[in-house]
Amino acid sequence: MNNKLLAALEEDCKLSVEQLAAKAGMTPEEARAEIRQAEEDRLILGYKAIVDWERTAQEAVTALIEVNVTPQRGEGFDRIARRIYQYDEVESCYLMSGSFDMTVIISGRSLKEVAQFVGQKLAPIEGVTGTATHFILKKYKEKHLIFEKQEKQEEGFVYE
Amino acid sequence: MMDYNSLLCQRIKDIPPSGIRKYFDILAEMDDAISLGIGEPDYPTPWHIRDAGIYSLEKGFTKYTPNAGLSDLRRSISKYLKRRFDLEYAPIGQILVTVGGSEGLDLAFRCLLEPGDEVIIPTPSFVCYGPLVSLYHGVPVYVETKAENDFRLTAEELKAAITPRTKLLVLPYPNNPTGGIMGRDDLEQLAQVLRGTDIMVVSDEIYAELTYGQRHVSMANLPDMYERTIVVNGFSKAYSMTGWRLGYLCGPAELVKAMTKLHQYGIMSAPTTSQYAAIEAMENGDLDIEGMRQDYDGRRRYLLEGFRSLGLECFEPKGAFYMFPCIRSTGMTSEQFCDRFLEAQRVAVIPGSAFGPGGEGFVRACYAASMQDLGEALNRLESFLKSLR
Repeated sequence: MNNKLLAALEEDCKLSVEQLAAKAGMTPEEARAEIRQAEEDRLILGYKAIVDWERTAQEAVTALIEVNVTPQRGEGFDRIARRIYQYDEVESCYLMSGSFDMTVIISGRSLKEVAQFVGQKLAPIEGVTGTATHFILKKYKEKHLIFEKQEKQEEGFVYE
Repeated sequence: MMDYNSLLCQRIKDIPPSGIRKYFDILAEMDDAISLGIGEPDYPTPWHIRDAGIYSLEKGFTKYTPNAGLSDLRRSISKYLKRRFDLEYAPIGQILVTVGGSEGLDLAFRCLLEPGDEVIIPTPSFVCYGPLVSLYHGVPVYVETKAENDFRLTAEELKAAITPRTKLLVLPYPNNPTGGIMGRDDLEQLAQVLRGTDIMVVSDEIYAELTYGQRHVSMANLPDMYERTIVVNGFSKAYSMTGWRLGYLCGPAELVKAMTKLHQYGIMSAPTTSQYAAIEAMENGDLDIEGMRQDYDGRRRYLLEGFRSLGLECFEPKGAFYMFPCIRSTGMTSEQFCDRFLEAQRVAVIPGSAFGPGGEGFVRACYAASMQDLGEALNRLESFLKSLR
């Protein structure tokens, strides 16, 4: 698998196969085949848009939840992680090093909805010993994309 | 009433107005136009470099610097040139920090030209050489490079252009607008002509970091050519720092001393904030260069393939960020092509004729633009070419 091709897709998956191939230094046919293979192998999990919901009428709340869990014999953290990530509300779920065990990112329509999810679904899971919920107040940057509108400098004519 | 025109010196009046300005004026009025016109990186300066400039302001570093530039910056430049291009220049005495590469060219011409001295300028090339030479009473001698030679200057062409009045050879590689480069063997051919003469080479190496497939070689790397070469370079293209207006020149100490004398009267010292930012660029910017270079390389391959698949003959550029497709198959002059393409499809490219003899029949497209813009430009070019049939 060509890592340059994966990197190009990760940067902008809307590029044409010709553009992706040029970035990776291969022919469009090779790129097409590699992408199909990467999708089959689930090296590429999917393609999604980054949306600035703040600028829409849709209410949207995101929370980052620190979760402490008791690992289980033979399964470690994976079994509990599975029980957490199956919920549709869970956007991301990571095992962490440091003072807590897992980060769970939840998106919901309101503070109440998120709080209810934590209180009624996440916290009661067997093996979860504690949670701390942090609401995200403003998004500045996600996946290398900046939310704020970027001003443009006045440019002059240069005889270059 | 003052007759200002009669006050102007004749040499300034003799410089023709820019042939490409009109494209930018038209472009400014268009909404969804795509410009592959201006040759400028499309990235903002890497943040750690900008931050170093800001930090210098916070510390109150707002005074003039030494005429030749901050000694730390000159040391960084010296280390950088050794590391990246195997060139050895002493920080004190052989390096002068200038206001862009352009000032370096200007200083070299002004310090070396006597009235009537001839300057050999391979074309197509950057537009400033000829007018500057004329302004300083020199005589530009244009030598047309050929597509079949990959736009390299050949020893035969050089030999044929040399006269007893030849003072300088401008060596504009990697080349704007063709994207041509000259490798060590190519340079050696020229060096064989130049050794034993008093001709100095002004090597404009502003695109030295942007080569694809092989590293740039400077004329100063060749035996007996170090003492015959003034290297002009800068931060604009390598680090996407065009607006900081910072460059440098290197060469034999006696010449650099004379050029520093002129620089101290005309400029005093290059912008202080830019110089502090530039230290950061040279010390910690190698990865930025590589990232941008790889990005340009991808765009280069895409646009080259695009032009060729639309039936435009195109030399594969190995340097800078320009493509120079031949448009003779359309039956138009390069200016007609650019006028009509802009009018009909709202895409700006520059007529090759603007870059001197040998440019007619070609247009310059700058691929320092987003993949989206390059893709859309190719779509529009396809419609344009279809409409001609």
